[in-house]
Amino acid sequence: MNRRLAPSVNAGSMADIAFLLLIFFLVTTTIQSDSGINKKLPPPLNLERGTFIKKKNLFEVELNRYNQLMVEGELMELSDLKEKAIAFLDNGGGSGIDYCGYCKGDKDLTSSDNPDKAVISLKSSRKTNYATFIAVQNELIGAYTFLRNREAKRLFGKTYSDLEYDLKDVNYLGNQANLKKRIRKIRAMYPQKIVEAELLE
Amino acid sequence: MSKFKKKKSGELPAISTASLPDIVFMLLFFFMVATVMRQNTLMIENKLPYADQIEKLDKKDLVMYIYAGKPSSRYRASAGDQARIQLNDKFAEVSDIKAFILAERAAKREELIPFLTTALKVDGETNMGLVGDIKSELREVQALKINYTTRTGNAVDNLR
Repeated sequence: MNRRLAPSVNAGSMADIAFLLLIFFLVTTTIQSDSGINKKLPPPLNLERGTFIKKKNLFEVELNRYNQLMVEGELMELSDLKEKAIAFLDNGGGSGIDYCGYCKGDKDLTSSDNPDKAVISLKSSRKTNYATFIAVQNELIGAYTFLRNREAKRLFGKTYSDLEYDLKDVNYLGNQANLKKRIRKIRAMYPQKIVEAELLE
Repeated sequence: MSKFKKKKSGELPAISTASLPDIVFMLLFFFMVATVMRQNTLMIENKLPYADQIEKLDKKDLVMYIYAGKPSSRYRASAGDQARIQLNDKFAEVSDIKAFILAERAAKREELIPFLTTALKVDGETNMGLVGDIKSELREVQALKINYTTRTGNAVDNLR
């Protein structure tokens, strides 16, 4: 018989080849997904004409070229901004159709009527640092999140952040449509109205 | 000379490495599945600011990236030390953004276009002027969904 066993191929270098590929993929790919502050820009059409915001419903935040923060005409530290924004949004000073039943603020007549009417205007100079701008944005959004969490906790026994987390969770067992309705309701109670503008110098 | 002489057990038997490739292949497949190809090589400094009120940016194929910041030390001689915009792998001017967005849109399926988000990866040291210019360009091409990409952390750290 001439049939011999086929010679076995040396597989010793297989590991090296696999390592090479592995290292290539480690270097060229990214595992982390990005996260950040989502925003919607206003459309380019100039719709501002005709809309009129009462001064008391406007919360003016300005950042100057030296990264100093001015809120409603007075200098302020970043750490105090969130509290001040919450007080403004949750004021609920309106009466009649503007009455806000769920607001727990001071009902000050010189501050906002209700959260739907309340607008935050964030003006920044061209020389302002981007990091400072993001810090201020973060505090303002934090104010909205605080109020939304509070109302969601009161109405549904769960914070707004938890509701949003559940919506993204594929393993969530509850009713998705119901969840969406709840989130929409909370958003309508405290709609995020932050206007970004450039400070004229 | 006994027939039943004990064998010397001095040498350890070699550990078989035959399963090593399998282990490495397993790792390789994990990384191939779990990660995404790096899209751009950064030519700018990109230390993103910190924030904690953030949302995750999933669906990477629906995101367009605009980078901005000071050119990194390697490119400083040719690109200057003022903050610049980077689109794909090139330095760009503010006026190039419109063309970039339109090209990105043309590459996507039509039904996905309303869901496209523009991620602004801007270095913390950049002036707001440049960011404002980018935003007004984006408004003009109706790319209204944006995301200020940040790192997770305390926002107060930005002021240092």
